[in-house]
Amino acid sequence: MLEVRGLTKRFGGLVAMRGVDAAFPPGKISAVIGPNGAGKTTFFNLVSGTYAPTAGRVLLGGRDVTGLRADAMARLGVARTFQATALFDGASVRDNLIIGHRLRTRATLWDALVGSRRLAAEERACRDKAEAVLDLVGLSRIGHRLAGGITQEERKRVAFALALATEPRILLADEPAGGVNPGETAGLAELMRRIVASGVTLCLIEHKMDMVMRLADHVVVLDHGERIAAGTPAEIRADPRVIESYLGVDAAGMPP
Amino acid sequence: MRAAARGRDVLFFQQVLNGLTIGCVYALVALGLTLVYGILRIPNFAHGALYTVGAYAAFALIGRLGANFWLALAGAAAVSAGLAVLSERLVFARLRAAPPLHDMIAAIALLLFFEAGVQAVFGAGFFRIAPLFPQILRFAGLTAPAQRILIVGAAFALMAGLHLFLDRTWTGATIVASAQNRTGAALVGIDADRVSMLTFAISGALAAVAAVLFAPIALLSPAMGELVITKAFVIIILGGMGSVAGAIAGGLVIGFAESFGAFYVSTDFKDIIAFGLLTLILSVRPQGLFGRIAR
Amino acid sequence: MSARPSPFALASFALLASAALFPVLTPNPYYLGVMALAFVGALSALGLNLVAGYAGQLNLAHAGFVAIGAYTVGILTVDHGVPFWIAFALAGVVSAAAGAAVGLVSLRLRGDTFAIFTLCVGFILYLGIEKWDGLTRGVVGLMDIPAPPGIGPVSFATDRGQYYLALGVLAVGVWLMRRITASLVGRSFLAIRNGEALAQALGLNPMRTKLTAFVISTFYAGIAGALYAGQVRFLGPDIARETRTFDALIFAVVGGMGTLLGPVVGAVGMSWAIQALQGLQDYRMVVFGPLLVLCIMFFPAGIVGALEARFARRRAALAEKRLAEAAPVPGAAPRGSHA
Repeated sequence: MLEVRGLTKRFGGLVAMRGVDAAFPPGKISAVIGPNGAGKTTFFNLVSGTYAPTAGRVLLGGRDVTGLRADAMARLGVARTFQATALFDGASVRDNLIIGHRLRTRATLWDALVGSRRLAAEERACRDKAEAVLDLVGLSRIGHRLAGGITQEERKRVAFALALATEPRILLADEPAGGVNPGETAGLAELMRRIVASGVTLCLIEHKMDMVMRLADHVVVLDHGERIAAGTPAEIRADPRVIESYLGVDAAGMPP
Repeated sequence: MRAAARGRDVLFFQQVLNGLTIGCVYALVALGLTLVYGILRIPNFAHGALYTVGAYAAFALIGRLGANFWLALAGAAAVSAGLAVLSERLVFARLRAAPPLHDMIAAIALLLFFEAGVQAVFGAGFFRIAPLFPQILRFAGLTAPAQRILIVGAAFALMAGLHLFLDRTWTGATIVASAQNRTGAALVGIDADRVSMLTFAISGALAAVAAVLFAPIALLSPAMGELVITKAFVIIILGGMGSVAGAIAGGLVIGFAESFGAFYVSTDFKDIIAFGLLTLILSVRPQGLFGRIAR
Repeated sequence: MSARPSPFALASFALLASAALFPVLTPNPYYLGVMALAFVGALSALGLNLVAGYAGQLNLAHAGFVAIGAYTVGILTVDHGVPFWIAFALAGVVSAAAGAAVGLVSLRLRGDTFAIFTLCVGFILYLGIEKWDGLTRGVVGLMDIPAPPGIGPVSFATDRGQYYLALGVLAVGVWLMRRITASLVGRSFLAIRNGEALAQALGLNPMRTKLTAFVISTFYAGIAGALYAGQVRFLGPDIARETRTFDALIFAVVGGMGTLLGPVVGAVGMSWAIQALQGLQDYRMVVFGPLLVLCIMFFPAGIVGALEARFARRRAALAEKRLAEAAPVPGAAPRGSHA
């Protein structure tokens, strides 16, 4: 599905990412882990087109998409969520999701001015999509609520819904369970399994190690902008470099 | 022939001096603006009004209270600094959580308020402050109005003093640290409120000093700050927002460009030079001359 | 969809009906003139609100684009004998073309740099108008612009005619703006304002989206300028000054940034407030400056924004209630109200 080779990013003299190779197999859950400042979000920014890489290549389904901007990547089927999602708080959750499907529509300013039939049809399609993703993330019951008044966990689900409304092939989720309690984390893990089951490849950045180890099929470990390991959760847990640089610190929090 | 060449040299020297004078004024205004930008992260549109208020404060101190030039200069600096701190405390500090658009609108509102206030008190007419040194200095066949020499000298002294303050004192270092990284500064225990107030006070004082020094050459009017502040904005975009050295260098560059532009091209369009330069540079480099690459 | 008209439709209808009746109730030509100018201000503020309120880009050269529209009408009718209505239509096109050119350069800049840069563009436009004597007659100004000629039996020569012309153009402007803002196009503008990174991750092209908003907004500015030229029939460089931009900004903020009717409510309300404070004349900002600060600090949604928020809350509460009645799920109902 998605593959990066020798991904490198320099900001002035600072090397933020150095020669990272990684592959995210289709229909699986991958995770990118690493200590704070390891370059996880930079990695997502490079893969999703927010930053252009200084060197290296990004391949999507075998096609070279290196250097494409984020909006072009989204249209090709690479969606992402952010650690914090800025919603339009004065509008309903449902209304907030409509824009997520805009990239699959073609209505122009002219359609809006003359009130064309195409625009009406596409707006209906966007609403239907919003309804569908609300249902998928389990928020149908609160679709009418104002986005300013929903809980942190519901916000995390709305972030998934927005990304899913773009009809992605792969979804990059930045700390999808950050700032929610353990019970809710389990619910979000369940949601991610459902998303993968619906045919979307998933890749997440996460700090909650027990969740990653239970959920992910494939793990990439970054440290100081370099890949220090990659493999199944079991392989990662046994990797001496990972233990030394990362897991060793909070191995106590690991599940047996 | 030789007389003509000699005349050209004299005229050239005149332009250098003019450019240096106006460049120093711009640099002082831009310095305060760039420091405040570091704190606020939004352009303080009200900064130009502090310049205007400073000039009028000095005018009132001299004309109505009979203060001498230096006393008026200090008084004007105090008034502008006070207003700057008040706007920080009463408005900007309370808008910290608001979207940047709101801070910008508030800054514009303050600008309108200060300008209208000056006009309400002093009227819309033009005033002049008498130069401290009305004499013309002559040296090696070159002539220079003493007031211009004073402006350049005082401005460079202030800039040097400010540099020493920012570079050598703990308080100055905290201002630089906050300008570069607000959250980081808070983490290492810098009192953000105090730094913010101090920065605003310095910016107000610098604007007022620039205005009072320049007032004997230019005229006082309620709108006198508009062009100066707009050019100061050009300077901090060109020199890099938040950069002290960039503000000084940018101020001098714009000052020279204007003085030579007015002389060799046309006085009519000298005010457009700075903006034209900005448009040109931003068309080619959206991130500014010294800005970091965005993507 | 329910058959009941929306609060927006009701409010627009009430506003339009009372505006249409206003000349009948108050034939005083002075008041008609104040209102007609307020409508021009509203049209201009409507444009500024699209780019600043919806798309989040504070364009401080807005008055410059109003001036481009006004001078297009003035120069074409006075110096080239172009019929008024053709010049009127061209005013919008010329402003929008200038907007496209300025937008292409300026919209690549981040929010605050964009505001500063457009402030400078505004100065260039102002100085250009003031200094380019050959084209604009500089500080002397452009005089004797013809009044808009009548269309069929409708005459615009009287104060009442001017009033209805301005009202008519404003009504069309609001109606088109409604179509834009309520559509997917308008939603893209809001998404950009809410956060460019997220909007781009959702597949929106930020540059194209912002440029669209900018060009529409400068088109509105141009038409507002054209109306102004036909109404006041004298133009000076001062109409391009940044203080005029600030006026439009105040209208939008007081009425409600990012709301459709906010600029209209703000323009009409503030125009009457200015009339009431006429004794202050040029010092009116002594009062309006602090008012604007207080508004942005304690009432940032503006008049219409506050009303809309109220309606939105009520709608959400109603939907909650209906849901609870339709399918009473134990434990689900109490969650509704705390949010």
